[in-house]
Amino acid sequence: MTDGNHRDAAHGDSNGLLELAQRIVAEAQRRGASGAECVMREGRELSATVRLAEVEQLKQAGGKSLGIRVFLGQRSASTYTSDFSWPAVTQMIDSALGIARIASADPAAGLPQPEELGRWEGDLGIYSPAAARVDTDAGVDLARRAEAAALAADPRLRNSEGGSFEAGEGRRIFANSLGFAGEYRRSSCSIAAVPIAVEDGKMQRDYWYTVAHDPARLDSPEEVGRIAAQRTLRRLGARKAPTARVPVVFDSLVARSLLDQIFTAVSGESIYRGASFLAGTLGELVAAPGVTVVDDGPRPGGFGSAPFDGEGVAKRRTVVLQNGRLESYLLNCYTARKLGLRTTGNASRGLADAPGVGYGNLYLEPGTQTPEELIAGIPQGLLVTEFIGSGVNIVTGDYSRGASGMWIEHGQLAYPVEEITVAGNLKDVLKQIVAVGNDLKFRSASAAPTLVIEGMTVAGR
Amino acid sequence: MPAESLHRDARRFFFERYGMTSADLERYLAAALDRGGDFADLYFEYQSTSSLLMEESLLKSANQGISVGVGVRVLAGERTGYAYSDDLAPEKIVRAAETAAHIASGPARTHIVGLREVPSRATLYPVVMAPTDAELMAKLALVERADRAARAYDPRIEQVRVSYADEVKWVLIAASDGTEAADYQPLARMGVFCLARDGASVQRGNSGGGGRVDLSFFDRQLTPEELAGQAAREAIQQLQARECPAGEMTVVLGPGWPGVLLHEAIGHGLEADFNRKKTSAFSGLVGQRVASPICTVVDDGTLPGRRGSLNMDDEGAPTQCTALIENGVLRGYMQDRLSAGVMGAHATGNGRRQSYAHMPMPRMTNTYMLPGEDDPEAILRGVKKGLYAVNFGGGQVDITNGKFVFSASESYLIEDGKITAPVRGATLIGNGPDVLTRVSRVGNDLKLDQGIGMCGKEGQWVPVGVGIPTVQIDRLTVGGTAG
Repeated sequence: MTDGNHRDAAHGDSNGLLELAQRIVAEAQRRGASGAECVMREGRELSATVRLAEVEQLKQAGGKSLGIRVFLGQRSASTYTSDFSWPAVTQMIDSALGIARIASADPAAGLPQPEELGRWEGDLGIYSPAAARVDTDAGVDLARRAEAAALAADPRLRNSEGGSFEAGEGRRIFANSLGFAGEYRRSSCSIAAVPIAVEDGKMQRDYWYTVAHDPARLDSPEEVGRIAAQRTLRRLGARKAPTARVPVVFDSLVARSLLDQIFTAVSGESIYRGASFLAGTLGELVAAPGVTVVDDGPRPGGFGSAPFDGEGVAKRRTVVLQNGRLESYLLNCYTARKLGLRTTGNASRGLADAPGVGYGNLYLEPGTQTPEELIAGIPQGLLVTEFIGSGVNIVTGDYSRGASGMWIEHGQLAYPVEEITVAGNLKDVLKQIVAVGNDLKFRSASAAPTLVIEGMTVAGR
Repeated sequence: MPAESLHRDARRFFFERYGMTSADLERYLAAALDRGGDFADLYFEYQSTSSLLMEESLLKSANQGISVGVGVRVLAGERTGYAYSDDLAPEKIVRAAETAAHIASGPARTHIVGLREVPSRATLYPVVMAPTDAELMAKLALVERADRAARAYDPRIEQVRVSYADEVKWVLIAASDGTEAADYQPLARMGVFCLARDGASVQRGNSGGGGRVDLSFFDRQLTPEELAGQAAREAIQQLQARECPAGEMTVVLGPGWPGVLLHEAIGHGLEADFNRKKTSAFSGLVGQRVASPICTVVDDGTLPGRRGSLNMDDEGAPTQCTALIENGVLRGYMQDRLSAGVMGAHATGNGRRQSYAHMPMPRMTNTYMLPGEDDPEAILRGVKKGLYAVNFGGGQVDITNGKFVFSASESYLIEDGKITAPVRGATLIGNGPDVLTRVSRVGNDLKLDQGIGMCGKEGQWVPVGVGIPTVQIDRLTVGGTAG
């Protein structure tokens, strides 16, 4: 396992892309840009799906593309292309300059301050060359074993959406006209199983997966299949719950969605527009005292880790909520300028657009109780294990989502429920997080432990 | 991009620009089938995009881009091998073909039929020219008009964001069964987002529209002022909204975009791949009653200029109007080549993909319910207590157990046959195979949506359309907060 591999231009690089990015930036300036940025992505992927023990799909490919952003003073525009030939690139530079002339002068637009540029100089542990070396036969075997383990768990598991294996690696390059030039690589691989259980003519489907930067760190396919089977079987016989206001437990997988909503609400893009229920609450208590939320951009081994952000600013650790108090928004340079603050190194970057705001590794700090202990304290309520739909309004905090899970009676999981909704307002929900579990585990760039919400409206029968 | 090199004839476009010939395509197909397999195809795609974003009355972001690539697919029974390249150099395409061939193992045995051009029918789309400076100014003018109109709507409108985005795709498909088909596919969309503030209360409103149209559409059919008015009105209305009730109740859906109900509740469940694998809650229900007899639902890819319309699907099959539910009875599925082959069914022109980097699969085009006989006013008058939902955000469905949701962004209480107070956004949830059995009235006012739908499946996004007349559903669970 090596580092996320950012190099200085002086060291050169394997296929000259970093130099090309710098040459593009220089060419844009030569053609009249007052400032410029170039972002490149290169990657390859392998995926294998096995269904009912037969190979169903194999996919293998790679590609690369580049984006250019130019400034004419405070006017800016972007272009992108997958054609790396110099004539195509110069044409893209000229188009960008052409459309920048019609853009408005925006006082908040611009590159970072030179002193804001930088990178995290440690081993991030996000790249393993082993991920891209897994061959198709090995990938098919992992997928096959995951599905087989799931289907072997119970005779009611009679169908399947399959077992799958995916692996890939990506390289990201960024250069700007302030002299920043950097790159890093990230790898990822995963095994998943999606079995289907049939009982009384009704079907239920669920899934489980394991993901890691390095294939050696994946859970075994048998473990993936076993958990997928368990999760699917527990849904059999689901019914609707009564309409009532009750305590609601978010298991750790669905609690992550709440974290994503907190992110959107504290993102500089929502804040400067006034489009967030948390706008203007910096320094205030907005959540229960047990709630601490951190974005740890350079977390070793993190699925969202990177040495620098989409503008060439070093990634860092930012405490967003400390014991329920809103300590910091998450910002890129643009949103920071709009709010009179400094960037927090949270610029996200696509190829075609101006920088957005994204998180690195966002998590809610764990408490001390196990999920079982949390549930044991609830006389009647709902454990949510899946949300469907996206009925969340970040402007107002209004929250109403489709759900399924387990009904809780006398501190025990009584029966599975489905075709219900869970509703409230996020302003209240955050303040009513009365207990936080100890089961924090990263499976993606955001993670949360099991959470107990004191009361939400469940609609069903 | 020099405009003269952008032929609307997509076949000529690829042949001239990349120096390809039919013989080259046959050679690539032969490489794909070199290790066996029943079928192979090539999907060449050249996509040009542009977009503008205005906020705070400033044109903050403007961009353009080009992506090009080819996807190579090999089918062997129910197995699919896939590879792609973003470089159209012959050796790169051969390499992708050899990679896709790995799905099959054995000697070549499928004969490649000599390619013949599929004659294209009269196009469903207008002529859209390559982006020019004049056109860029015209798009900017549209965005400015929407911004002005939204701000003028009401002094409580505080923030306005207007976006315009369009794309043109040139597509060339060559397959081992001799198919050689090409298409040129424009797509445009405008969107308006407003925030309204009244004291401490802040609300949002959204609108959008477009289709496979040129710029004149936004002058003649759906003006920036109309879009701005819709978004501003929704935000202002919501300032007065009360809590939405919770529990089972009568729901009346307004015409148009609320057709997203059909897309989620039945559309996905009727895509052939899920039924070939028997993983859909609708598996094996063809010929059975799944809706009340007043419901007829179709998927129609042939409507001129619509967002979900296509001259041909992404496997080169012509699109068509497919009956999904006829007078309440399930009639059939939406097919792609693979599922149709395995199920012994005819192609329906529903094989779609996000891009050359993605495998095709059965997807919807424009899915809508045919009009009924009821007067929409009379439907509302007949409801003692219920919810009238006229605008929605997105939805989602679990194909296997049939449970679906869709989220209302603008809805009103119905009390004693009258529309009364606006209520806050709420998610509606139901069960696909039986929700339409509770449709008791269907209006005579079928409306298609304005052209905003984007459908995601297995990580692939494609533009779609929906439509519905005013309908009454007798019992649906509404996820509000009021008791």
